[in-house]
Amino acid sequence: MEQFDLVIIGGGSAGMSAAIESYNLGIKDILILEKNNYLGGILNQCIHNGFGLQEFKEELTGPEFMTRFSKKVNELGIKYELNTNVLGISKDKVVSYSNKDGYKEVKAKAIILTTGCYERNAGAISLGGDRPSGVYTAGQAQLYLNNYGKLVGKKVFILGSGDIGLIMARRMSLEGAKVLGVAELMPYSAGLNRNIVQCLQDFNIPLYLSHTVKEVIGPKGHLEKIVLAQVDERFNFIPGTEQEFECDTLLLSVGLVPNVDLLSKLGIHFAKSRGPVVNQYMETELEGLFASGNVLHVHDLVDYVVSEAREAARGVYLYLNNKLPNTTEKSLVKPLKGVGYVVPNYVQKIDNDDKLIFKFRVAKPYKNINLVIKEGDKVIKKIYKLAIIPSEMEIVKIDKKLFELNGEDITVEVEEK
Amino acid sequence: MKELICIVCPRGCHLTVDDNLNVSGNNCPRGEAYAKAELTHPTRTLTSTVKITSKLEVRCPVKTDKPLPKEKIYEAMDLINHVKISAPIKIGDIILENILGTDVNIVATKNINE
Amino acid sequence: MLDVILIGAGVVGSLIARKLASYELDVLVIDKENDVGNVTSMANSAIVHSGYDPKPGSKKAIFNVKGNAMFPKLCEELDVHYEQNGSLTVAIYEEQLETLKELELRAKENGVPVQLLSKEEVLKMEPNLSPEVKGALLAPTAGIVNPFTLPVHAMENAVDNGVKLHLGEEVLSINKINDGFEVITNKNKYEAKVVINAAGVYSDKIHSMIEPIDYSIEARKGEYFVLDHYGEQLVNHTIFPLPSAKGKGILVAKTTSNNFIVGPSSEPDPDKEDVSTDKATLDNIRKQATLLVPNIPFNQVIRSFSGLRPTPSTHDFIIEPSKSYPSFINVSGIESPGYVSSPAIAEYVVDELVSKVLKLNKKASFNPYVRKRVHLNELSLEERNKLIKENPDYGVIICNCEKVSLGEIKDELSRSVPPHTIKAMKKRTRAGFGKCQSGFCQPLVLKEIAHKFNIPLNDVLYDKNESFIAHYDTKSED
Repeated sequence: MEQFDLVIIGGGSAGMSAAIESYNLGIKDILILEKNNYLGGILNQCIHNGFGLQEFKEELTGPEFMTRFSKKVNELGIKYELNTNVLGISKDKVVSYSNKDGYKEVKAKAIILTTGCYERNAGAISLGGDRPSGVYTAGQAQLYLNNYGKLVGKKVFILGSGDIGLIMARRMSLEGAKVLGVAELMPYSAGLNRNIVQCLQDFNIPLYLSHTVKEVIGPKGHLEKIVLAQVDERFNFIPGTEQEFECDTLLLSVGLVPNVDLLSKLGIHFAKSRGPVVNQYMETELEGLFASGNVLHVHDLVDYVVSEAREAARGVYLYLNNKLPNTTEKSLVKPLKGVGYVVPNYVQKIDNDDKLIFKFRVAKPYKNINLVIKEGDKVIKKIYKLAIIPSEMEIVKIDKKLFELNGEDITVEVEEK
Repeated sequence: MKELICIVCPRGCHLTVDDNLNVSGNNCPRGEAYAKAELTHPTRTLTSTVKITSKLEVRCPVKTDKPLPKEKIYEAMDLINHVKISAPIKIGDIILENILGTDVNIVATKNINE
Repeated sequence: MLDVILIGAGVVGSLIARKLASYELDVLVIDKENDVGNVTSMANSAIVHSGYDPKPGSKKAIFNVKGNAMFPKLCEELDVHYEQNGSLTVAIYEEQLETLKELELRAKENGVPVQLLSKEEVLKMEPNLSPEVKGALLAPTAGIVNPFTLPVHAMENAVDNGVKLHLGEEVLSINKINDGFEVITNKNKYEAKVVINAAGVYSDKIHSMIEPIDYSIEARKGEYFVLDHYGEQLVNHTIFPLPSAKGKGILVAKTTSNNFIVGPSSEPDPDKEDVSTDKATLDNIRKQATLLVPNIPFNQVIRSFSGLRPTPSTHDFIIEPSKSYPSFINVSGIESPGYVSSPAIAEYVVDELVSKVLKLNKKASFNPYVRKRVHLNELSLEERNKLIKENPDYGVIICNCEKVSLGEIKDELSRSVPPHTIKAMKKRTRAGFGKCQSGFCQPLVLKEIAHKFNIPLNDVLYDKNESFIAHYDTKSED
């Protein structure tokens, strides 16, 4: 069986970034496996700008951002296989995959899983009503529009104020569709503020907060209209608030879910982010198997994805050099009041790096609060925030010396004033 | 007094601008510039696609190489919608030059081989 | 003049067509849908019931028990996933134990093997059942079947053996003519010696085209949840509550693809096209099912759907010639246990009813087997490599969630009942059935269908005639 020091599953931005960093750290025996016929993953269809401000100090489109990375991968001569689908990972890190050349198994000393995420869809949210065509996830419509040159419809309503939905509101408006509105179940938007401004306000598209689609109607096979209704604080429909919109398209932008399929048979645990439980180097409970990018937790910025993937590469480097013992004491990291999830899920006492990075999201918008990070009862860090929203991920770097790491829980919580 | 959300970067700072165009709430100088521009002559980066002849793709993504006056966006789209290019094409290749007398070019944002 | 026109290509129609194909007959099948097995047959519990439950002596009881015994051979010939996993009818309250005993007696009358299990025995078999369970009736001959491929493969086998199939064609009227019937559709006019009406929820309407009828077929809607295959085994048997007047109740079952289904509700629906779902009904299903299996992981739900049962006002299957004409045969009201009964019904309709009005000569060339399909996950590494060497398309995975290869997609398109729509492809290959619900694979499948039938991408349908997908070009000249 062929062997590699590192097999990276998924050649999107996380996978390429992890590969480049690993290579620079001296791990040269790398194989990237990518299902598409190009490197770059979902960025290929994200033709809007806004990528790369942290990474390159300039604002790039998705294809431009990904090309910078794929160019580097090619320059370094890192091996990759395209049109290749990974079918399984075993506990002893044998990766099986399939492509037109055959069905292969390779043995990896370390694996980084960078398989991204998928969109929640009509099925997952049990969208009420008929099952007509004309109902798509925003990303699906984005692919048809940007890569196939096809509009899925001309009168559009959007459910969910996630960023892809907002971006699509603008894209479809520019390409000749009429976007009637965006509904959001929560009383606040799930997308970035800038996208509310430049994708909705610029095009006079109304945003209906605390609203959702009660019913889709399309008995002849194509969507004809939707029934929108307001919801109360427990998300029940408020009778009498129904309003109908005639439309041929309903786009769903109702969340992204880490694509953890390949982990389901490994007996490892999953976190509140719906990604695998990991330590500070993004190593899962299976020694030598790392995860990073949207398969670990859904990021709002690709810049954060690529920097996280570098951390994972650093973990692989330590692991392959026997500096990442899996037996050391663990301090669990727990999200408490007001915090949705935290990555990592535990921290190991390893004398390698001097910083610990915590990434988390608040569970709802807050104003005028402190974010408090504690170890046991001891407050390690307090950060004041004038305003904080769930759609923006918080990244906090803390000097590791401030922690004892003797097994006491590390907690992250919101302290209201 | 006017309140704005900065769209320069995904951070989305909440800006306040007074009648004398004094900006507060920004975390970087670009926020200040944005707020002033937004109240005097707002601009946007426009991204779209153009038709391409290639064995691999039917559309090539493009963008304005500088922000475009906001009111010219649909006029620019009309130009973009009527262009047809042929592969090979490289990132940065100018597809349309100096559109609508704005000094803004439409450039390709993807490498597409024949 | 044709020998037989068969109206309806559901599971019953498809199996009748296949049976007719074993004789020297000129047969045309007409269905208004764009695919076979597209209404009741594709949206049900897909249970091969044991037959303990129907009233002894009823057609339901007779055909169910007989059909159940036919399934292993049928599914082998037609290359359809089938598993005899047994069913458990579960008592949650003490007083229900009495009912279980009555059901045991009924099973004996119907000739169905069953076994009463104690609480301990049940929980040992199915640890995820409610600890409140008091006992259960095990019916080991019950099974599960792939409800999507059985009608498709049966019809494919029928067409391979000479039957003609017209999909997307709706029967508008039927007239009695001298030596048969004239059938007028929205596209054409045909004459046939015999008409078989297997039109599901519309079989009353079709029947009433030739004579007044004194029964009706009501559509009873059943809504379901589908859960992903998520690495754990929620249940192994099909889990039923005790049956009631409304039907067999809300069950929890695994499917042949190792997904899990939870449902159905049961409500009459005046609209025979309505397969919508609603929150209140689904919430109730959730509540009822949780009584049987408390820890159903509803966060693994990947879809909800509803199906229509053709419920006859007569309360039993209607399988008989019309009053006025022995050569107009009605196969109507085939609600639960219709799926399991369908092969036995098909045999009866042809051998006992058609044989009385047409002379049946065996077709020497009849082959009961469909061309074998590739089942990638059943192959060893070596076998898989050999296959990919022969045809590299089997190495290219199109649907990530369900691991469907381009080779399988193209194979379906090459067959005698090929999928013309995205949904038809989904039913045959499972491409798009997984957790992303075709988010990633749909454009790829769309391209293959457009290429095969030489139509623009814009014209590929999801299912019904208006269900366009990538319908408009950007940057178009107009």
